[in-house]
Amino acid sequence: MMNDPAKIWLIIALLGVGTYLIRFSFLGLIGDRPIPPFITRLLRFTPVAILPAMVAPLVIWPSATGGQTEPVRLIAALVTVVVGLTTRKVILSLVVGAVVFELGLHLL
Amino acid sequence: MTSPIRAAYFEGFRSGIPFFLVIIPFGMLFGVVALDAGMALGQAMAMTMLVIAGASQFAALHMMADNAGVALVVSAALAVNLRMAMYSAALVPHLGAAPLWQRALVSYGNFDQTYAVSIAKYEERPDWTPREKSAFFLGVATPIIPAWGAASLVGALIGSGIPADWGLDFMLPITFISLIGPMLRTLPQVLTALASVIFGLIFSGLPSGTGLLLAGIIAMFVGALSEMAMERRAA
Repeated sequence: MMNDPAKIWLIIALLGVGTYLIRFSFLGLIGDRPIPPFITRLLRFTPVAILPAMVAPLVIWPSATGGQTEPVRLIAALVTVVVGLTTRKVILSLVVGAVVFELGLHLL
Repeated sequence: MTSPIRAAYFEGFRSGIPFFLVIIPFGMLFGVVALDAGMALGQAMAMTMLVIAGASQFAALHMMADNAGVALVVSAALAVNLRMAMYSAALVPHLGAAPLWQRALVSYGNFDQTYAVSIAKYEERPDWTPREKSAFFLGVATPIIPAWGAASLVGALIGSGIPADWGLDFMLPITFISLIGPMLRTLPQVLTALASVIFGLIFSGLPSGTGLLLAGIIAMFVGALSEMAMERRAA
């Protein structure tokens, strides 16, 4: 995939157009018609529903270690979650998680 | 521009500046990770300027590196952006009467930060006309979008100088986790994330991307249904 430029460009184009259409949907096309309440509810949960499913396997079976579970990655991930939950600060939890990971990787 | 519209625009502009704190590190990180994953500089820049939605860009990178097919990469990344349909709908009462070209521009710049700060301002200023409201929105987007692009470019340019033993592969999961933590404000959101983790792991053996979509759909329903159950109990 990453060595096929045509496919990468196709993904960029489709993702760009698709994202624009999502943003333009109601404001530009659909207007004032109400969305069914259950659909709004589902939409509200999309990031929280998708992102953890993407992350969990990467944390538990990282490809860099050939799929072997590794304590440094588990601890760094856990620290990132805890800082995010307690401080509600995205960048702070990103920085703390990255520092814990790099320290663990280089010192242990 | 007449002066109240100009004033709204510059007020928006000033409200956009503080977001540099979030936009610049994330944009740089995207540039670094995109080139690390094998994208060309032009591709990384085209993606970042066309999509302007960090989480979905990282999602697309991850799926591409994982050799998922085009359809799966695009559907997973778009799924991450579906919440913006809700933003679009929420803006209709405020901007629905603005000229089409303005609504088209606002749509390009409609992401988490611009949406959140504008909606809050509209509640504060019900006296504003749709033109003033869209000027404010575009004002917020004006500093953010170039900063996002410039940061991605800087990240892409310096990224190749980062040593391989820094474990850059793990910056992607750390990025997602840092985005998720602060989103978990209510019990249904926590349950959604837990279901997402559990089903993400269970389905991780399925062909690239399909497990993710399945887990995502199940988790969305867990969130929506648990929220409805809680509301019924509270009523």
